[in-house]
Amino acid sequence: MEATPELETFWQRSAYLWRIRLRVWRHNFTEFLGELRNHPMALLGGLVIILFFIMALFAEQIAPHDPVRGNLRVRLDPPSWIEGGSWEYPMGTDAQGRDLLTRIIYGSRISLLVGVLSVGASVLVGVFLGALAGYYRGWFDTLVSRFADLLLAFPFLIFAIGMMAFLGPGFTNLILALTFKGWVEFYRLVRGEMLSEKTQEYVEAARVAGLSHPAIILKEILPNIIQSVFVLGTLRMGHMIIMEASLSFLGLGIPPSIPAWGSMVAAGRDYMLVAWWVASLPGIAILVLVLAINLFGEGLRDILDPRLKVDV
Amino acid sequence: MRAVKILERVLVTIPIVLGVAILVFLFIRLTPGDPVDIMMGQGGAVSEGEMEQLRKEFHLDEPLPVQLWLFLKDAVRGDLGYSYVLKRPVTQLISERLPATIELALGSLVISLLIAFPIGIISAVRQNSAVDRLSMAGAFLGISMPSFWLGIILILLFSVQLKWLPVQGRIGFDAQLQNITGYFVLDSLLSGNRIAFWSSLRHLILPSLTLGAPVAAVVARVLRSSMLETLRSDYVTLARSKGASEWIVVLKHALRNALIPTVTVVGLQVGILLGGNMIVEEVFGWPGLGRMVVSAIFDRDFPLIQGTVMIYAFTFVMANLIVDVMYTYLNPKIEL
Repeated sequence: MEATPELETFWQRSAYLWRIRLRVWRHNFTEFLGELRNHPMALLGGLVIILFFIMALFAEQIAPHDPVRGNLRVRLDPPSWIEGGSWEYPMGTDAQGRDLLTRIIYGSRISLLVGVLSVGASVLVGVFLGALAGYYRGWFDTLVSRFADLLLAFPFLIFAIGMMAFLGPGFTNLILALTFKGWVEFYRLVRGEMLSEKTQEYVEAARVAGLSHPAIILKEILPNIIQSVFVLGTLRMGHMIIMEASLSFLGLGIPPSIPAWGSMVAAGRDYMLVAWWVASLPGIAILVLVLAINLFGEGLRDILDPRLKVDV
Repeated sequence: MRAVKILERVLVTIPIVLGVAILVFLFIRLTPGDPVDIMMGQGGAVSEGEMEQLRKEFHLDEPLPVQLWLFLKDAVRGDLGYSYVLKRPVTQLISERLPATIELALGSLVISLLIAFPIGIISAVRQNSAVDRLSMAGAFLGISMPSFWLGIILILLFSVQLKWLPVQGRIGFDAQLQNITGYFVLDSLLSGNRIAFWSSLRHLILPSLTLGAPVAAVVARVLRSSMLETLRSDYVTLARSKGASEWIVVLKHALRNALIPTVTVVGLQVGILLGGNMIVEEVFGWPGLGRMVVSAIFDRDFPLIQGTVMIYAFTFVMANLIVDVMYTYLNPKIEL
């Protein structure tokens, strides 16, 4: 046990607290990694996710061809492992003679970005409203909870399709449509946890110690809830990626000029009889990524929050 | 007492339905720009006078609360507006397409339960066996798979390669079917038309399998875990010790109680059946509500989109209500 140093200024105190926090986090993280070894499927999922992130980040360096410009002389060329295919285009080409592997690599950017941003925005809105509603209750809680109930009356995809119909396709609109419905689950989780945590002794103690309400929410209660939010966020990410792909498949998500897996499958549909790979391979990319996220999410739930009854 | 609870639950549904209608109404009104401009497409093919006429016709010259009141009044009377593109009342268009969508949803439900029940039960009884692991891996795959892709793969396999099942549509051209209810399988049975019956059934299999796969996956997982729980309970041990055969124990004692959580989950999957149906109808050229709303979106036919989204949400709310009511019958201890 090291002695508590003399801390005079605010900055010294903050720096000291952060050092301790970092040490705790590092300890938790090491412990988490150790636990992860007992969940090989979750570990595998995590590694695949990391691979996809690397692929998305370094798309320019990794991709062998241009994702947008094609060569009509090689249109609908089969993948390399099929007769007539070449290593020049390992996964074959589409109807415009564009390299499928390149487009799949670039497409991972959209899927991951939509997954991270829509879940991130849903977490921000859901946690903010859920914390306020669960802590303060009253008219605000009633109002937001009824609105959340209302949104739950719509199946997710129908709501997203309805919103995209009015907003029009595009990246920002897509994130907006997914977040507009996505926050509800985080809201319900955080509100419920707030309600039960509020009655705990440590909150009472913080109140007696003179901490303000926002400080109690932010510094005392939220750190105890955030693990559940993280688990739910991971589990919802695969769902959001499938939603984006479905909307893009219908032509309501990402504009066709940008390579996205859903619209690639849609474009390949017309050539199913002559070139099965154009529609099939981007779909496999979606499947592998979502599978990896779900495996990782379920492992995460088992390790961090076995109480959380959320299904993928 | 139960009747009062059910009535209470029904009454709670009313404000939700009302809220859904208001939200759908606001969808178009909150879209930036003049609704008539949006409705007509900003091509300028319509004169200013005609635009004014349209504004009057759709009460767009009235204040927003008045518009809302008129919209709700019409909706209650079953008038959901008029499609500018198809030039027909929205309610009529929806009622024509609804049987196809319901037929597909029911087909998917049947297929998903046919897959989920044996898998869920066998996985629980033979926990940790190869069958269990394989089934649960399959279920996990089913949850992670985008339905539009699964549909395409099934078409490639069963229609293109094996040529067992048709690629698209609801019925073959050779089957002359008299339209009685709009449900083709039922109509062919009613009219004793065997060719039409097989044709419509064969057309129904792949779309139902595509739409039902994620539902089957979720239901199998829930059924397995609730079966595992009931199989460990005292009354099952008692039934076993009384000498009941293993299958009687499993089907009569364990399954019956494991059904309670399963029914709820099946009810929750209605959302997937409704949402996914837009995608599946598009993939299989199934002439239902989903396909109609997708083309309405590209035609910017807002009254039709508005009406269909409302019907979808209404069906979802009603399905949840039915599940809640069923739940009280399955387990009277549960309060609504």
